[in-house]
Amino acid sequence: MQVGIVVFPGSNCDRDLEVAFRAAGANVTMIWHKETSLPKGLDMIGVPGGFSFGDYLRCGAIAAQSPICRAVVDHARAGGYVLGVCNGFQILTETGLLPGALLRNANLKYICKTIPLTVENTDSAYTSGYSQGEQVMFPIAHHDGNYTADADTVARLEGDGRVAFRYADNPNGSTADIAGIFSQNRRVLGMMPHPERAADAKHGGTDGQALFRAVVGAMQQA
Amino acid sequence: MKARVTVMLKNGVLDPQGEAVHHALDALGFDGVNGVRQGKVIMLDLAETDAAAAEKTVGEMCEKLLANTVIESYSIEIL
Repeated sequence: MQVGIVVFPGSNCDRDLEVAFRAAGANVTMIWHKETSLPKGLDMIGVPGGFSFGDYLRCGAIAAQSPICRAVVDHARAGGYVLGVCNGFQILTETGLLPGALLRNANLKYICKTIPLTVENTDSAYTSGYSQGEQVMFPIAHHDGNYTADADTVARLEGDGRVAFRYADNPNGSTADIAGIFSQNRRVLGMMPHPERAADAKHGGTDGQALFRAVVGAMQQA
Repeated sequence: MKARVTVMLKNGVLDPQGEAVHHALDALGFDGVNGVRQGKVIMLDLAETDAAAAEKTVGEMCEKLLANTVIESYSIEIL
């Protein structure tokens, strides 16, 4: 199972994501943002957290226009898997691969803490290792995680079972407590909380391991 | 030719920064402020000399990058 992780200037969770994927059994290649194409044979792309391009203009806006992101969009449109965490989620919304946008937290504060999430849908390669309604503890670390979408979009996400994770105690004002969403085919997952920071006993929690194991296992079977 | 792009959160999208500025103005005794919305201004210095062509190009810039039309609206002034 081959994972490519895109690295932007200002990414800071790229290595964490790499370590989490490797621990689950994947081979990982790092991809610099100026590349115009993806290495051949990738099963999955990771778009990591951080502050790509200093969060200038809007979080993720500049990264979304970088050469490699065109290749990431093509990969997803062709049915490929993409996981975007934190800034990666912001980038995926800016590319249009996922609907909605991430606004400044409602309390205007940068929030860095480990919080409970509810697994809302287990019918995906990412979440099949959890049980429906299970509560997991993932760290969040963001200033702009306030998920916003118009009422029709939210109704569609809810109706199609595309809400992957919900905050048990909404920290940032997100609409409908949404912490992570799938694409229509459930192969693209964007989420503000960091499963890769809860993937080793030394992190203080291992609830994220099930996500990496499930998605790597799904690819290895395929 | 210069262009000024003003990007604002759409009406109906909560603007917590504008709300915070509003509260601060209240605290300073500036009552009678009904609302505050905070946005951004982007000044462009363009090689283009035709105003209509400039406005069209800047519109494309806004759609592709300068504004996120999911949550933001924009206006363009050619100066």
